[in-house]
Amino acid sequence: MTEDVRVYVEEAPGQRTEVSGPTDMGLSLMELLKASGYDIQATCGGMALCGTCHIEVLAGPALDEPSDDELAMLESLPVMSQGSRLSCQIRLTERLDGLVLRLMPQNT
Amino acid sequence: MNSISTDICIIGAGPVGLFAVFEAGLLKLRCHVVDALPQVGGQLSEIYPKKPIYDIPGFPDILAGDLVNNLMRQIEPFHPTFTLGERVEGYRKLDDGSFVVTTIDGTEINCKAIAIAGGLGSFEPRKPAIEQLESFEQGKGVYYMVRDPETFRDQRLVIAGGGDSALDWTIFLANVAKEVTLVHRGTTFRGAADSAEKVKHLHEAGKVNLVLSSNVTHVHGNGQLHAVTITANDGTATELPVDSFIPLFGLTPKLGPIEDWGLELEDNAVKVNTLDYSTSEPGIFAIGDINTYPGKLKLILCGFHEAALMCQGAFKHIFPEKKYTLKYTTVNGVPTL
Ligand SMILES: Cc1cc2nc3c(=O)[nH]c(=O)nc-3n(C[C@H](O)[C@H](O)[C@H](O)COP(=O)(O)OP(=O)(O)OC[C@H]3O[C@@H](n4cnc5c(N)ncnc54)[C@H](O)[C@@H]3O)c2cc1C
Ligand code: FES
Repeated sequence: MTEDVRVYVEEAPGQRTEVSGPTDMGLSLMELLKASGYDIQATCGGMALCGTCHIEVLAGPALDEPSDDELAMLESLPVMSQGSRLSCQIRLTERLDGLVLRLMPQNT
Repeated sequence: MNSISTDICIIGAGPVGLFAVFEAGLLKLRCHVVDALPQVGGQLSEIYPKKPIYDIPGFPDILAGDLVNNLMRQIEPFHPTFTLGERVEGYRKLDDGSFVVTTIDGTEINCKAIAIAGGLGSFEPRKPAIEQLESFEQGKGVYYMVRDPETFRDQRLVIAGGGDSALDWTIFLANVAKEVTLVHRGTTFRGAADSAEKVKHLHEAGKVNLVLSSNVTHVHGNGQLHAVTITANDGTATELPVDSFIPLFGLTPKLGPIEDWGLELEDNAVKVNTLDYSTSEPGIFAIGDINTYPGKLKLILCGFHEAALMCQGAFKHIFPEKKYTLKYTTVNGVPTL
């Protein structure tokens, strides 16, 4: 049996909530966040087409570089920071353990 | 004020709203379609125009954009009318049972039935977080969509964004405006390669100013936009006099005003009776992604089916005395209106 991976959602500065999920089900980080009750629209269902699953990675392990499709989507959004990612493009693997992220607001 | 009179007012020009025009047409009901977007097609045009769809009966595969074009051809004989680029805000019921649907720009549509085909909601622009930006909306210099390029004739424009629409409008408006500056936070454009190439050529020819690795961070003016501040990633800020600023960062759906219409809702969707997709308000129907009922599937196919049944319900609502008998299009062909 594999261990659940834990990630932390920063809801306000210094205020973090732990969410955890299995690594053997091929889930994306977006699916984990949605399943954990976070208000993520994820309109396109995880195809890097809508940008509504935008998150900012604040700390934690290094992730794979975003694909061209992901970068193209991120670059078309009004706010993009160093840590900007589409959570639907990040697979839930053991390597993610300890990741700290925050959800990006949809309309600003 | 624009005033329109029709049988059914369809809110939403997504695939389901468009197909409802066809089904209504077969019953000789006229339709007026309203959409917040400047183009028809809903999610298919806005999110995935170039993706193939595999589950439309009779089409082993079809590009979303082509399906929308085909739907437009299919409904041509019924001469539907459209109000595009205007969000529906409210409605009122008149004493004779008819409705007046109103849009954000004051257009009024007098109709005998309303079909809400609003999908995920109306697509609204993603706005950059710039202080005071909103005070320059509504014709005072900040535009999130280009509805009529002539608005910008001989103006000094700043366009912000790095996606296809920022590139496309930069190219188009280069021939309309006096001066176009495209501000992009990155250094490369990942939009369509040939559009990026065209912008580069226009820049080299001195027809477009390109400011890369930068953001528009402030807007200035007194009632009317006069200038914007462009801040480079290294912190240097420059103020540029402009007539209009067009941030183009794509659109995101918001359920919007229909949420407050007092219709029975469940999980952000409108509850309907699957007999005819009527809502809790007589004469108002809801079809496609915006409705919910036990077993609901958010598929185009299901929305098409709902449109057919909804039109029967709307017909009965409009003509309670008349008896309708189903006619196959194969027997009578497609009538025109
Ligand atoms: C990436 C992706 C892939 C998909 N693939 C498939 C597939 O392969 N097969 C399939 O069957 N389905 C697919 N879908 C689902 C399909 O796109 C939807 O089921 C379909 O678009 C629903 O159509 P609709 O007409 O109900 O709504 P929409 O397409 O959402 O259109 C609704 C329209 O209403 C407008 N609107 C809403 N409120 C207002 C208002 N107040 N005033 C004015 N206008 C308003 C909106 O601007 C919008 O244009 C996919 C969806 C996505 C995102
Ligand atoms: S869910 Fe649409 S981009 Fe991630």
